[in-house]
Amino acid sequence: MIKLVEDRTVNGKELRKVFVDTVNDLMDENKDVVILEADLGGASGSTATLKKHPDNFIQCGISEANMVGVACGMSTLGYVPYIHTFAPFATRRVYDQVYLSGAYAKNTINIYGSDPGFTVGANGGTHTSFEDIALMRAMPEAIVCDAADETQFEFILKEFSKLQGVHYVRAGRKACRQLYDKSSQFELGKGVVVKEGKDVLIVSCGQIVSDALDAAEMLEAEGISVEVIDMFTIKPLDKDLLVKEATGKKAVLTFENHSIINGLGSAVSEVIAEENINTHFKRVGVTDRFGQVGSPSFLQKEFGLTTQDLYKAVKETL
Amino acid sequence: MEANKLKELKLLCANVRIDILEMLMKFGQGHLGGSMSCVELFAVLYGKQLNVDPKNPKKEDRDQVVLSKGHAGPVWYSTLAEKGFFPKDWLFTLNQGGTLLPSHPDRTKTPGVDMTTGSLGQGTSTAAGIATAMKKRGLNSYTYLIVGDGELNEGQCWEAFQYIANYKLNNCIVIIDDNKRQLDGYTKDVINPFSYQEKMKAFGFYTLTAKGDDLEAIDDTINKLKEVKDSAVCMVLDSVKGQGVKFFEELLSNHSVKFNEEYTNEANKAIAQLKEYIAKEGE
Repeated sequence: MIKLVEDRTVNGKELRKVFVDTVNDLMDENKDVVILEADLGGASGSTATLKKHPDNFIQCGISEANMVGVACGMSTLGYVPYIHTFAPFATRRVYDQVYLSGAYAKNTINIYGSDPGFTVGANGGTHTSFEDIALMRAMPEAIVCDAADETQFEFILKEFSKLQGVHYVRAGRKACRQLYDKSSQFELGKGVVVKEGKDVLIVSCGQIVSDALDAAEMLEAEGISVEVIDMFTIKPLDKDLLVKEATGKKAVLTFENHSIINGLGSAVSEVIAEENINTHFKRVGVTDRFGQVGSPSFLQKEFGLTTQDLYKAVKETL
Repeated sequence: MEANKLKELKLLCANVRIDILEMLMKFGQGHLGGSMSCVELFAVLYGKQLNVDPKNPKKEDRDQVVLSKGHAGPVWYSTLAEKGFFPKDWLFTLNQGGTLLPSHPDRTKTPGVDMTTGSLGQGTSTAAGIATAMKKRGLNSYTYLIVGDGELNEGQCWEAFQYIANYKLNNCIVIIDDNKRQLDGYTKDVINPFSYQEKMKAFGFYTLTAKGDDLEAIDDTINKLKEVKDSAVCMVLDSVKGQGVKFFEELLSNHSVKFNEEYTNEANKAIAQLKEYIAKEGE
């Protein structure tokens, strides 16, 4: 059961703070939880764990490939490693390490890829990942999540600590709008219906679920009934929920801070096609483009990921 | 080393060489050169140095081996089989569908194999992780990281060495199998490595060299490295690709050998000689 916050315009805690606090809590409970950084401990704030748990923080220097391998090696002796770096470096730069030393070897590694998509801001195109979900989705047995807000991010990080295998979550470092009340209960692999509706279904993930909800409310005011699903676990995808909620809708749209190639939109389209769901379908996300520099709000506009963009796409699709 | 122990290890080497040749011939081809260059090393490890139990391959305080040059799986499998980790007839399933002995080691399949390797360079980091975890757990165990000379072309090796040296992981014994050759030719011609000893010293390793076919030198060197308390340690194994069978040592391209009639005859000759040696010495 979930409950939305009453005022969705308010930002929550910085997401990097959520990461550090959550991992610190996990370390309080389990001395085998460790965090590894490749010289971004200051950027994530994870060096703060050094205060209470100095032995559980492992600095690897600027060597992401080695960091992944060290984490995987440690997991064979029962350690529960969390690693952090920017989303593109946590996925495309170390793909073979995560794939072979991690997933294939049945080792455990919990990955926080930070500042995905437009949240990259001033770090620009080199640090932009519009393809991290695509990469991680193709990795056998990996779990892939995109956190909608601080409450959900904390849940995902905690849930990962209970599981064996490769687990990836993308989330910004800065604060984003709060969506879920702290009392909300999630289940990994289960999508969340954040708003019910009859005519249109929007499936989204990540912090732009809040924008999707805004668009749905704008459309609702015009008499179009829009349902919104937060598909925060992109893999394994909640196919049952998708089939149930997409069936009978006039249109299904996906909305993601990621390339429309092989991301959430692709995952949803596979289900729509294979289950013969008769509806109009549209992926709203980044087209076949590289990232660039600019403020997150500039980039969100530049890549067509605003509430207005989604609103227009729904109208066009109907 | 005691004479009896030395004789035992020599016999182990002979048996392992026979196993390697037979298992590769059975499959028709395989990574002969880099397996043969490590035979003596594996004999010293499994015949003398390692704290392992074939009956309890997962025992907590065991020493661990990470064969980062994963293509040398056959030497590991043969040694493990000779030491009783699994039945010897498994060797002849190498690379067959459904086998527990895949070309490159898989920790989920083979008793005694603690880390999956094959994508070159990656075992250096996973070994570093195992050694880190052993220290954190307070275990007095060792991680033996075996890395190929050609493999050192991979940048990840040097990331891992940086890490191992920084944390003074003296429980991670880094062994460079300097067999002088890689798939495309001599390492000095493919991409000149210059001096491994100098490089490792510059990275912060206490570095020694041992001849790859000298059981006593390998054993002595490991003993010396185990005495080092304040830095990372490395043994450069001065070995020969295809070591122990003259024909294959001299074969220009011996990284992966496809057994044609000539090679099969040569392998069978070598097996006959090794068996003769075993019959004579094994009394």
